[in-house]
Amino acid sequence: MKKTHIFGIIIIAIAVMIIIITAGDASTYVTFDQAKKMAKNGNNKKIHVVGQLKKDDMGQVLGILPSEDKLSVSFSMIDNEGIEQRVYFNEPMPPDLERSEQVVVIGSFKEDLFIADKILLKCPSKYQEEEINI
Amino acid sequence: MHYLVGDLGHLFVIISFITALIAAFSYFKSTRTDNDSWKKNGRFAFYIHSAGILGVVLFLYIIIYNDYFEYHYAWNHSSKYLPFYYKISAFWEGQEGSFLLWIFWHVILGIIFIRYGKTWESPVMFVFSLVQAFLTSMILGVVVLQIKIGSSPFLLTREVIDAPIFQINPDFIPEDGSGLNPLLQNYWMVIHPPTLFLGFAATIVPFSFAISALWNKKLKSWIKPAIPWSLFSAATLGLGIIMGAYWAYETLNFGGYWNWDPVENAIFVPWLVQIASIHTMLIYRKNKTAIRLSFILVIATFLLVLYSTFLTRSGILGDASVHSFTDLGLSGQLLIYLLAFTALSLIFLIKNWKAIPVTDKEVNAYSKEFWIFMGATLLCLSAFQVIIPTSIPVFNAILNNIGIESNLAPPADQIIFYTKIQIWFAMGIATFSALGQYFWWRRMEKGKIFNEFAIPLVITLTISILIMIFSGINRFTFLLLITASVFAIVSNLSTLIRMKRKNFNLSGGSIAHVGVALMLIGILYSSGLSNVISLNRSGIIYSTNFPDEINKENILLFQDQPKEMDNYRLIYTGKRIRIKDYRDFYRKDQFLPTQDSHFLIAKEDIRKGDIILIAKGDTVEHNPENTYFEVKYEKSKGEVFYLYPRLQENPNMGNVVSPSIKKAIFRDIYTHVTVVAEDEKEWSETEEIEVPIGGSFFANDFVAFLEKFQRMDSLKGVDLNENDVAVKGIVKIKGATKDYILEPVYLIKDNFAGRIPDENKALGVKITVLKIIPDKNSVVLGINTAQKDYIILKAIDKPLINVLWLGTIIVMIGFTVSMIRRSKEISIPDR
Repeated sequence: MKKTHIFGIIIIAIAVMIIIITAGDASTYVTFDQAKKMAKNGNNKKIHVVGQLKKDDMGQVLGILPSEDKLSVSFSMIDNEGIEQRVYFNEPMPPDLERSEQVVVIGSFKEDLFIADKILLKCPSKYQEEEINI
Repeated sequence: MHYLVGDLGHLFVIISFITALIAAFSYFKSTRTDNDSWKKNGRFAFYIHSAGILGVVLFLYIIIYNDYFEYHYAWNHSSKYLPFYYKISAFWEGQEGSFLLWIFWHVILGIIFIRYGKTWESPVMFVFSLVQAFLTSMILGVVVLQIKIGSSPFLLTREVIDAPIFQINPDFIPEDGSGLNPLLQNYWMVIHPPTLFLGFAATIVPFSFAISALWNKKLKSWIKPAIPWSLFSAATLGLGIIMGAYWAYETLNFGGYWNWDPVENAIFVPWLVQIASIHTMLIYRKNKTAIRLSFILVIATFLLVLYSTFLTRSGILGDASVHSFTDLGLSGQLLIYLLAFTALSLIFLIKNWKAIPVTDKEVNAYSKEFWIFMGATLLCLSAFQVIIPTSIPVFNAILNNIGIESNLAPPADQIIFYTKIQIWFAMGIATFSALGQYFWWRRMEKGKIFNEFAIPLVITLTISILIMIFSGINRFTFLLLITASVFAIVSNLSTLIRMKRKNFNLSGGSIAHVGVALMLIGILYSSGLSNVISLNRSGIIYSTNFPDEINKENILLFQDQPKEMDNYRLIYTGKRIRIKDYRDFYRKDQFLPTQDSHFLIAKEDIRKGDIILIAKGDTVEHNPENTYFEVKYEKSKGEVFYLYPRLQENPNMGNVVSPSIKKAIFRDIYTHVTVVAEDEKEWSETEEIEVPIGGSFFANDFVAFLEKFQRMDSLKGVDLNENDVAVKGIVKIKGATKDYILEPVYLIKDNFAGRIPDENKALGVKITVLKIIPDKNSVVLGINTAQKDYIILKAIDKPLINVLWLGTIIVMIGFTVSMIRRSKEISIPDR
């Protein structure tokens, strides 16, 4: 075998390793139920859950509780299968949280609480809400 | 309504599209004949095309500049109060405008190429014009057989938006535009996109060279004239990326300059591959090897540029990224172009694969090119590692299309995910850049190696050990990267010194490598060793279920109440605004609002020293969206500085916070607000206290003095008769940095007592004089309190970030030196 071939094989091996690492580190979109099961089985991987804030019939957001020192917040979120879950976020409440149409929380379960490391908010922005102001 | 300018614009787009096709056809014909007439036709068509594009740019800018809000593009991306330089950024905020910017640069590059391309003109300009036709079709905006081709920037607002007003009055023109995204209202956004797109655009030249070479079987001679273009493209693209990073650092609030966001990655990957391609092309120039690899990498660079265009503009990234464009329904068209160019390139490459010359030289670690080749390989692997996770949304889309449910998401913490792998590539690249230079310029033999490397290695290890001791870094990977970078700097500097004696023109490579190594050190320190200094263990347990506490990364500052943070004492001193045509920040409470929120009236004389800058009653202009929060940083040694983090409240885009950065030589202190108090106040029940005149009391935790009472001769809004009495109390409230005066009024009119309270909202204090007790020389005050103004703030320390910026400048110098050398080389025949 020529050295060039060995070299090629090493490169392919590294590329395969990269793919394996990516697959291993990639997160998944799951529901709260699935996430809870994962946590019970000792899988602490951070996952994505998509859902909305809990609202009353009038569309008022319910259950946002900033901590006393305002430096963290917890809220109730309902995932796409209708399961309600308390989410804790160790950052001050994002100003746009209440306005959000859709929330993606990234994190994992700790006991019965979902600890979010990161929150992505989808807000009605100018792109969806094309209105003319007269 | 200004129909003419839009109609002309649309017409010019169509002309440009057709002439691009004609140019492509003529240049194609020209390659099949020795006669010059087709070439002349091609040139003529390309010039007309160029004039058309310039016209389109001009018309679109006229529409934006003159606030023609009957056009959707102006309405959607601009507004009447936007300064003219941000109207330039509004030009490329939308997809159509940014395509136009790209097309515009192609026009400029094409004209230059026609001038200097010589024998390569016809084939290269054929590929060039073909790409140009494709790009122009993206802004064509015509419907053929119910298929929409391109999206025109000249659509009227009423054609895009289905608002009832247009049925009543089709000639209705919106009063104001919906404005430019506040994040883009930054000077970097005026120069970052054009630079980036110039780099983007320039990748077409090496690509066209490669395709022409395959097509005309000139498989070797293309590399020499293509190198300077690749260097130019890599330099501008790199500069554009760094400008974007700097913009993110100054404007966004994720705490840094690089977030491994899919859009950032999409542009970083082609750049890495392009750098690799430059290295393989240089190997060819020296040793006549690596032609196949050069073909692959040059073509891959351009295809990756198209792929990144597809990623950012098709909407496929969706929520995965902060700055992807919105979908204009063009994803199909983009995908077709991407696949078409990929297929075209592959066909040419496979057809000619056997004909591309290869050498049978055995891989040899002592050869001149071995370490450069290794470096190029690492660059490609690094690019591969970035593009795979970035493409996860694409994999999901493909799998879902063929009926397989996929719920794959990007890694939860992208920064940790990418850096833990990329740091190893960075080490390798730094090391190989050092070795590569040694082997490139010197004849290496097995026995001599130790002699050559002894001195640089000793110097490197000495410096690294010193850094290790004094910086207290204890992470193994960090130490390795520092050592590798120092090695790269030492070896490249030694090559540079040797080279300078011989010929400075040859030193571009060493200079660029020193710059890259400096950048790596700057990145390691400012990102890897950055720390949140607003960290505090407040001791609050976030759930009673489990005992562990967690660090909070923000601190709460009430107005005028100092708080210790790290080595600093912080005081939030209140809201500030900026006034048009004035440099400083001014207290918001010194101004009164007017009907038009863009204008304010000064409540009092505003001085700087003895000079009155703004007199009482003057009207000034400001941007009502912006509020700045003055934070005073005091160090124990008496060093004081102020930071002004900003909140921009944009009615369409929501709240946007931007940091304020204290820049120093060795470290930056980066500060942004995360939350601010709401303006609405809820006042508490009145508390009554009796205070002697001259006495002190507490109001909302502040110490206050009732200094005296003054008789008032007149009172605004009240007619005072002879028998009426009005007095005002002067109450001084001691803040941390200044005193605040409240003047509650007590009056007796027609034998009735009247009370006019005074309040300071920021401090949350409202004082009323309830009763005057003359015999005791005291008064009864009513005190209401409310939540004081506060901000929640995050502060991050960024050491040695300037080394990163310095490294960037050095890399650019290196590129420039190489570019000059390689351009001069073109006209010198090879030996």
